[in-house]
This record gives sequence, C-alpha cells and structure tokens, in this order.
Amino acid sequence: MIDPIFLLEAAINGVLLGGVLALLALGLNLIFGVIDIVWIAYVDLVMLCMYAVYFLVTVYGWPLAVAGVVSIACGALLGLAVHLLVITPILATPPVNQLLATGGLLFFLQSFATFLWSTDHKSVRLALPSFEIAGIFLPSTRLIPFAISILAMLGLYVFLTRTYMGTAIRAVSQDREAMALMGASPQRVYLVTSAVGGAMAGLAAALLSMQYSVHPFFGAQFGPLTFMICVLGGLGNMVGAFVASFVMSEIISMGGVIMSTEMGYVIAFVVFIVMMFARPGGILGARRE
Amino acid sequence: MLELRAVTAGYGQFTALWDVSLRVEAGEAVAVVGPNGAGKTTLMRVISGLVRPRTGELIFEGTRLSGRPAHEIVAHGIAHVPEGRRIFPALTVAENLKMGAFLPGARRAFAESLARVFGLFPVLADRRHQRAGSLSGGEQQMLAVGRALMSQPRLILLDEPSMGLAPVMVLRLFDLIRRVREEGYTILVVEQNVRQVLKLVDRAYLLEVGRIKIEGRADELSEQDFIRKAYVGL
Repeated sequence: MIDPIFLLEAAINGVLLGGVLALLALGLNLIFGVIDIVWIAYVDLVMLCMYAVYFLVTVYGWPLAVAGVVSIACGALLGLAVHLLVITPILATPPVNQLLATGGLLFFLQSFATFLWSTDHKSVRLALPSFEIAGIFLPSTRLIPFAISILAMLGLYVFLTRTYMGTAIRAVSQDREAMALMGASPQRVYLVTSAVGGAMAGLAAALLSMQYSVHPFFGAQFGPLTFMICVLGGLGNMVGAFVASFVMSEIISMGGVIMSTEMGYVIAFVVFIVMMFARPGGILGARRE
Repeated sequence: MLELRAVTAGYGQFTALWDVSLRVEAGEAVAVVGPNGAGKTTLMRVISGLVRPRTGELIFEGTRLSGRPAHEIVAHGIAHVPEGRRIFPALTVAENLKMGAFLPGARRAFAESLARVFGLFPVLADRRHQRAGSLSGGEQQMLAVGRALMSQPRLILLDEPSMGLAPVMVLRLFDLIRRVREEGYTILVVEQNVRQVLKLVDRAYLLEVGRIKIEGRADELSEQDFIRKAYVGL
C-alpha cells in the first residue's frame, strides 16, 4: 500500500501541472473558438519560445522574468505570423486544408529547430528553493508557474468579459457576420485573437522552462495532451477546457505515483477514448451555441 | 440620403438583383415588399456591405459606398438589423448592446445611447443581465433593433422584423418601430407583412424576381388592386 502522504503529494502536483496545461489548452481553444481552426503546431510555437528563453537566460545572462516577457512578445508575434502567413491565404477553403497546413507547420518547425539547435536537450537550470509543509515537498519551479498561470487566466477572463475587443472576440465566435455589422473587421478580431493565443503560448514557454528542458520535439510531449484536453472539455468551450486540464493532470499525476509515469499517460488516454464515446460533446456536454 | 443606381448583385452564378434603383430621403420610412425569393434580403445585404454589388452604385449622404466592407459601412451611419435577428445568444443583453456600440465614436456616446434604447425598450433594461438567447422572439427582435441603435446610425435597415413573431407581438413591434421613427431615424424596411408595413411607411417599392416592379406612395399602393389581392389578402 502506498503511503497516503505520497498520494496527497501527487494530487497537489497534479493541480500544479494542471495550471500550466490549462493555460495551453485555453490558448488553443480560444483560437479554435473564434477562427474555427485547430493550430496543430500550437505547442511547437511554445518550443520556439522556450529556445528564446533558453538563449536569453544561459547565453546572455538575462533574468528569467525578463526573458519571460520577451517570450510572451515572441509568442504574440509568432501567433500573428501564423495567422497572416499560414491561415489567411486558406481561410475560405475547406477545413482539411487548414489542418494539413498547420500540421505541415509542425513538421517544418521541428525540422528547423533540429537544423539550428540539434536534438540536444537544453535546460535553463534554475536553483530555486523548495518548501516542505507537513512532509509534502513543494518545489517553487512548480508553485510559481501554477500561480502565474492562474493569474494569466484571470487576466484572460477579465479581457474577454470586460473590454470591447474581448467581448467582440466572444461575439465573433457566435456570429462572425453580425459582428461585422457592428463595425468590427473580422480580420482585425482574428489577428488580436491569434496574438493573444500566441502570447499565452509564450508565457507557457517561460513557465515550462522552469521545469522542463527544451528540444525540437517538445511539441510532441505536450501537443497531443493539449489537444486532447480541448476535445475533452468540448472544443471552443473555455470552462470545459479549464476543468479538463485538471482532470487530465490529476490522472497523469496520481496514476504516475500509484503505478508508473508511463501508466499515468496510458490511463489518461484510455479515459479520453472512453469519454469520447460517453460524452462526445465534452465533459460539460454540448454547450456550444 | 441613400441612393442605389442600377445595382446588380448575386451569389456565384445566381443573380438575385437586376438593375435595381431606389432612393430614401432623410426622415422617410420606406418599405420594400415582395414575395419570397424576390431579392429583398440581398438588397439589404448589398446596402450594408455584406454582399458586394457586381455593377451599379451605392451612394449614402454623398459618399460612394459600393464595394466597401460591412464594418466600414456601419461607420458611415447605416445600421442593419439582419433577417433572423442574429443577436449573440451566449452574451448577455447588456453585452449585446455594448457590441452595438463597438465603433470608437459610438463608444464615447455609450451611456447616452443606452439610456435612449432602454427608454424605447424598457424590457431590455429589466433583462440586461440575462443571456440574450433566453429572451422571447419579440424581445430578441427589440434587442436586435436596440443593438443597431447603439451604433448611432442615421439610417436603419430592418429585414423582416416581424418574422416568426406571434400576431399580437407583430402589432406591438410595428408600434415600436413607429416610435423609433418618431425619434428621427430614417428607416428602410423589408417585410412580408405588407398590410401592416404599408400603414407604417411613406413610400414603398415592390420587388419581384430581382426587379423593381412598382414604386409609389404607401397609401396609393395599398389601394392598387393586384397588390391587395396578392399581398394584403383583402
């Protein structure tokens, strides 16, 4: 029998991981909800931003916080570039083209990163303290990303509910043409959405750099998981994606302690497949309108 | 105020409007009536920029607007209340009205416009925190009109405002449109409910298979035999 303290620690670690996963899932889901396109290469943008953080911190000696701000800006610019260069030319064509194009982008970015930086794992190697509370081990490399992710998602919530542009983004996801009649250029709303989604990828990159090393195939590590969370939560459903992030991270974390790390992922994928049959509209049901 | 000169428009191979010319003077209420599929909705969509005319000109207050996109045309003072209302169902009533005031100029006058809309449609003030999708059909139509007024338009395009409403609600809605008119807005309305709409407007055009068949004063048109037989049902 496993010591309950380990289970509790795994549960807490699951929550901490869920925060960063939710940030990624909300970014991907925001773009899908508004533009109706899944950016298959979303986590590969995170990978590029992680390289930016790595070089700024280890080669140029910048503080991680400053490198993180640069990473957010990089992500926003990459988001704009993806929309302008990849999505805009094929926006009016059947959806399969957009899947193929963003999928192609994924392979391009992986190969390009391998060409430039080799397949070596690169890490910023931080020396941050850990806390121990009642026998539970809490590293700041997980606490800080969790706290910042939650703050960022609160910021996103305020943006989407309180500002004109944020509300317009939600309105476009319901009726693009009606929003044009209100005076909002669809392309402008798409660009803002892509930049916000990209900035979230940039922030996630800075936060993930604290725990993970970067390599050209980093996207393969988190991409399928992020996509799965979005589908599980109901594509385009922000609340659903938020909840699904914590469900998946708990399964992975608890399964990892009870059995093995690999089995944690196996169980998570099995749960995903079963849920797709049980609730194809996502865990919160078909709430999209 | 608004002038269409020999506008031809359609979708793909299909031509919905042939050589349509039409005028609306400032302060007027004008109706376009006609059977299903006559091109009435296409006409409205051409004016608001959702459909690009193939040939012909669209002039509003001396500015040539043909071929400009919808989000630019609304900034010139034309608000389109589309067919089927097209409110944002998952947003609240207040958020829908806020989106009506999306343009920078309209944002500055937000409080003033909101007070005017709530004055015209008090039910929207009562339901401002409700999701728009939960409103009744009549309330949704009021919201669609209110949302259009938030952009501070001078010309309002109403596409089938009575569609899908109960008969009692239709009469109330026409009363409300009359009040909107009295506030000084110019109105161009497309309607199937010919008898009611001819009581509301000054002039009307009869559109059939994409062409203007007749135009004239509303009281004269409602006297004409074939209109009475075909559309008024008397």
